Amino acid sequence: MAHVAFFAIGAIAVASALGLILRPNAIHGALFLVVNLGSVAALYLMLGAEFLAAAQVIVYAGAIMVLFVFAIMVLIPGKEETGPDPRRGARLVAVPVGALLLLLLAFVIVGRWNAPRGAVVPSGSAAAVGRLLFTSYLFPFELTSVLLLAAMVGVLLLARRRA
Amino acid sequence: MVPESYYVALSAVLFSIGVVGVVIRRNPLVIFMSIELMLNAANLALVAFGQRLGNLDGQAVVFFVMAVAAAEVAVGLAIIVSIFRVRRRLSVDDLSIMRW
Repeated sequence: MAHVAFFAIGAIAVASALGLILRPNAIHGALFLVVNLGSVAALYLMLGAEFLAAAQVIVYAGAIMVLFVFAIMVLIPGKEETGPDPRRGARLVAVPVGALLLLLLAFVIVGRWNAPRGAVVPSGSAAAVGRLLFTSYLFPFELTSVLLLAAMVGVLLLARRRA
Repeated sequence: MVPESYYVALSAVLFSIGVVGVVIRRNPLVIFMSIELMLNAANLALVAFGQRLGNLDGQAVVFFVMAVAAAEVAVGLAIIVSIFRVRRRLSVDDLSIMRW
């Protein structure tokens, strides 16, 4: 049962990822990416990472994708990719290179397919992750707030209309 | 119970698709979305490794990756918007001004 669910969700994730990189329209790509992020959130749930599944839906599929869709609407892209590609040959090399990378990764993974398993299965609940974030990872957690503030100020500076 | 190796294999597939997407597309917004795809694949691998090893540190790292991704997307989209404002075109092939 769990295997069936995993393969179904995995197929959705791979298909939506392919849709993202193959569809010419950027807004279709954004919707495919939302599907992909949602299926990864479902995989997090299957792995027992409940907090991350919720954060994935809220932060990625919610906030980040709204930003993407907003930028796509503002910029009205799509015209650039309809014409003939002057570097088509160079770009098509990417496919065998990507296949080679996949082969390399598969080689590494298969080599450790049956690596030793930890003693306990950790709980990924908000309480457990939060306790970890506010004890061992307290300093990086606080740095995150500085990073987000810096990003916010930087975006305001970049997006401001020059007088 | 699905073995964690399956999740890592799926994450390798998603990562490779993201790499190909970055190279074959000309629209910087789609390239950005492919980078998000790669970040997500790495996150999935981190969670799977954490479950396998029996500790929560992988999930804490994923949390930080999400925060950094949010900041990165905000700044990156602002840069793309300001480039578009100056050049009125949106293709990565035009942006070769910083090449040596």
